[in-house]
Amino acid sequence: MNRIKQKSGTERNWWKYLLAAVILIIYLLPVYVVVVMSLKPMTDHTSRLLPPVEIYLENYLKVFKNSNILNAMKNSLIITVGTVAIVVIAGCLAAYPIARNKGRLGRAVKIFVLGVMMVPGMSMVVGVYSTLVSIHAISTYWGIILVSAAFGLPFSIYMYSNFIAAIPDTLDEAAAIDGADVLTIFFKIIFPQLKPVTVSVLLMQGVSTWNEYGYSLYILQKPDMYNVTLTVKQFFGEQLKDLNGAAASAAVAIIPVIIIYLFLQKYFVKGAIDSAVKG
Amino acid sequence: MKKKEVKINFFYIPAILLILLFVVRPFCETIFISLTKWNGYSSDKVFIGIKNYVDMLKDDRLKRAFVNTLIYGFASTFMQNVIGLLIAVFVDSRFRGNNIIRAVVYMPIMISGLIMGYIMYFFLTYDNGVLNDMIGIFGYEPVDWLADGRRGILFITLINTWQYAGNCMIIYLSGIQSIPQMYEEAAVIDGAGTFQRFRFITLPLLLPAVTTAVITNLIGGLKLFDGIIALTNGGPNYATHSMMSYLNSQYFLAEKAGYASAVGISTFVLIMVISLLCNQYFEGKSIEE
Repeated sequence: MNRIKQKSGTERNWWKYLLAAVILIIYLLPVYVVVVMSLKPMTDHTSRLLPPVEIYLENYLKVFKNSNILNAMKNSLIITVGTVAIVVIAGCLAAYPIARNKGRLGRAVKIFVLGVMMVPGMSMVVGVYSTLVSIHAISTYWGIILVSAAFGLPFSIYMYSNFIAAIPDTLDEAAAIDGADVLTIFFKIIFPQLKPVTVSVLLMQGVSTWNEYGYSLYILQKPDMYNVTLTVKQFFGEQLKDLNGAAASAAVAIIPVIIIYLFLQKYFVKGAIDSAVKG
Repeated sequence: MKKKEVKINFFYIPAILLILLFVVRPFCETIFISLTKWNGYSSDKVFIGIKNYVDMLKDDRLKRAFVNTLIYGFASTFMQNVIGLLIAVFVDSRFRGNNIIRAVVYMPIMISGLIMGYIMYFFLTYDNGVLNDMIGIFGYEPVDWLADGRRGILFITLINTWQYAGNCMIIYLSGIQSIPQMYEEAAVIDGAGTFQRFRFITLPLLLPAVTTAVITNLIGGLKLFDGIIALTNGGPNYATHSMMSYLNSQYFLAEKAGYASAVGISTFVLIMVISLLCNQYFEGKSIEE
């Protein structure tokens, strides 16, 4: 009985599966093409839609041997971890008084932060560059980390302050009456409750810093400071004839990200929803 | 109590200090540089007043970039919202594997816009390009897709739409799922059809989601940069630049840092004005409801 019911349900829904298949193809084809290309030699002129006749790994060997991709991954990792750490810590610290102080200063800071959040970073890249030149921060980790953190902070303050505002302040007050210090209250009572929003901030900021290109182009000028995007760009820019080698570099850059995304998908989706909900 | 409030204000310091040093100061510096003639590296910076801004009005390439920026912003936003909403309704309609669709449509957002642009280049090359292979199946001659500026603009818009439609999908999906089931049920009892339910119940209740989805994607499209660098680098003949990628070419290729700054400040003003107007438009709408 049950089985018959199920079968008729699937038959009624056949168009859904067809549509789902079309969407899957449209969204997965680019990844498929990159992987296929990266496994074919440069001399292979068969269609990029056809899988390779035999797996050719030279392109990957070239990427790992002749380029700084591993060094670039290390750079991207350092920059991302540093940025995320600052954005999380300075972000939730600043969000706490915004959420708790209903006074004039709290409101002024909130408006300031929301204003800065709308600033498109690239529009003032020349000023950022010349600021960093004046403090000798070009091609340094700390230079790009502080810039990325400063541009990421408004978003994190916004997320944290919405979240903290929803935590009832009876707990803080009880602790204050017991004589607890503001710092103690924050780190013992508030901070442990911020885990869900911290995961969202961490993932959102992590992805955007990892993928960053515009500022990196201006700030990371020494080749041994290049991040992943700048290194992949080198492959496509200078060796345009070797598109298969370039495909391998793109695959090396995107596959780790895709794998992490697939494992943490649920948290990424939650982060996207949290960041979109208007406070 | 008073003392506690003062103490709590120390919490602002790290964040505000960073923002002042690395956002506000560079912003002021960009305004200053936009009033000078400077090549970007020498110590030779000459104050020329608003000449860069006056020059912008005479720059045909910039006019092209300005129009393109509006196309990238508004056309992508429109398509992202329509596609995102449709996919959200589809994913919400519950079938086995709907979560896979949600995960896959959101996936390209994880990938750098620059690298995605390069990947799409494989589809659009003349020799062996995937798109040429596909139309070849139907007997069409291969086309050099990116040799024509208008087609370049079209592809940049489509790729941007495709890559970020997942953002709209997620926003709409969470909006749809927060609509109480009883409204739908009441409408079914009243005899409303699927389309009527969508038009008169789902859509009005989604208005806050529409506001968010439109504004975030609009800002994203207006400041589009890395995808253009990867796909066309603004060419052929400056036809596909956005304001941001044009700024970049003025800085690096033309070594006009002062002029590039003026373009940057103008883009900043443009994006601010458009997003504020949009916000106001939607706020007006939500009061009407």
